[in-house]
Amino acid sequence: MDFYLGLAQIIGVHTILGLSAYVVMLTGQLSLAQAGFFAIGAYVAGMLTVLAGFHIVPAMLVGAVLAGLMAFIVGFPALRVKGLMLVIATLAFGEFVRLFFFNFDYQISKGGITVGPLGGEGFRQIRFFPENGWTSLDVMLFVWAVVIIVMAALWWMDRSRAGAVLRAVGEDELAAQSAGINLTVVKVAAMTAGGFIAGLGGGIYAHYTTHIEHLNFGVILATFAIAYPILGGLSNVFGTLVAVIFIQGVLVEGLRFMGDWRNLLFGALIVLAMNVRPRGLFDERATALLKGLFTGRGHART
Amino acid sequence: MLALDGLSKHFGGVRAVDGLDLEVRQGEIFGLIGPNGSGKSTTVNLICGVFPVTTGEIRFEGRNITRAPPHVCLAAGIARTFQNIRLFGHLSVWQNLWVAQNAMADRKASGFLNRWFGGSARARQEVEALLEFAGVAAKADDLAGNLSFGEQRRLELARALAAKPSLLLLDEPAAGMNVEEVGQLRERLAKLRDDGMTILLVEHVMELVMGVTDRIAVLNFGQKIAEGTPEEIQNDPLVREAYLGAPQSAGGGNA
Repeated sequence: MDFYLGLAQIIGVHTILGLSAYVVMLTGQLSLAQAGFFAIGAYVAGMLTVLAGFHIVPAMLVGAVLAGLMAFIVGFPALRVKGLMLVIATLAFGEFVRLFFFNFDYQISKGGITVGPLGGEGFRQIRFFPENGWTSLDVMLFVWAVVIIVMAALWWMDRSRAGAVLRAVGEDELAAQSAGINLTVVKVAAMTAGGFIAGLGGGIYAHYTTHIEHLNFGVILATFAIAYPILGGLSNVFGTLVAVIFIQGVLVEGLRFMGDWRNLLFGALIVLAMNVRPRGLFDERATALLKGLFTGRGHART
Repeated sequence: MLALDGLSKHFGGVRAVDGLDLEVRQGEIFGLIGPNGSGKSTTVNLICGVFPVTTGEIRFEGRNITRAPPHVCLAAGIARTFQNIRLFGHLSVWQNLWVAQNAMADRKASGFLNRWFGGSARARQEVEALLEFAGVAAKADDLAGNLSFGEQRRLELARALAAKPSLLLLDEPAAGMNVEEVGQLRERLAKLRDDGMTILLVEHVMELVMGVTDRIAVLNFGQKIAEGTPEEIQNDPLVREAYLGAPQSAGGGNA
């Protein structure tokens, strides 16, 4: 049972991470900085609960706000470049954050033991959950409550004019600009929202693993973050959720018996999915089809 | 209303637009014609701030907008369409108009939250009126990319109007249209002018240009070679030469 609770926690946190990349991707930008924002959220929230005795909710919010602030600052210079250049620029930022935490020491003595981040050793003993008597089930429910809040907020945003504007920028920047949309404002706003969401995810992650280190937040995690919305498609937030369940539940855990061959299959499946479904598993057609199925209204219009 | 003063754009050694003076007056349809590569589309892109101006000045309603980026030009009251249609193909028809409601008046009328996350009844009514205008009301929820060519052209025009501009720049709106569609477009433009719109029309289809414009300027190699009423332009020897070639080498053409 604990295995499945743990898996549900991983899926939940990765869904939040994937959604943080989803928001940015709506504007047509590919950001490999999400793991960096995730790391900021993780370290800040962890330090607040461990060193300052915060409750996890305010700690997560502060971590998310700081991650969002960092995304806002990074957004201005990074979004002056596009496509591959943006990928490189955001990748560099993600690595910068990782290396910062690789060198970051801040330890204090608490109740006879020293706690806090210790460079390459990592940040151990983030024990808010066990200290407060949360069971695995409690933690899992907490994770999914956050997932549901984030998904509901994004679902609502998607349906608002703001969502349409983000997508318009993602479709055609020149047309969007000519229709009066300020590209910088929209892109930086999306980046900031993405940073905030990634920070939330990082805050939870730090607490359920109880031990974080810089290696947790490398390029692999950044790649996962963008792989989810790419595989799931950008039609709506559920595509990302399905992609996370598929990748984490089926590919990473389900195929564990295959050993290292798993990674090969993982790569091959991504390539296959992008060829067969270039707009993601849940493209407009699939979404309309499902909607028709559930509402019982004949065929899809798209 | 719109004044271009010695406007130039050089791409490396190519003088796409070279010292162009132009004045578009309030309430008229001004035609901008010329052979391929004469600098018409470049001029539109300069006015809208897509390309930086090399030298010269652009003034709109007394305001200098030479260096203004596209979204600032739009807020000032200049909307445009594109030579090759540029709709948001994966957004619905409705959303295409919704995202374009960026007039200064609309920005001031509603608060931040309402503007981005709400949606006033007035904004909805305006979108519906534009859907009617473009004749795509029945397809409001379809993806814009799935519309027919003619519908896409009309929707793009409606999207430009969604920003309540005072000046409309149309870059070859009749390209690819059949005779009947050109006739409809002509009526639509005439109606817009009657409602007080000023239009700068870049076009190759002479039937439309000659039928609907009040004044015309002719470009060749980035320079203005003639300006006047449609009749004057049709009888201008320089214009005939630009379109048909010099008299001794003239071998046909249908300008």
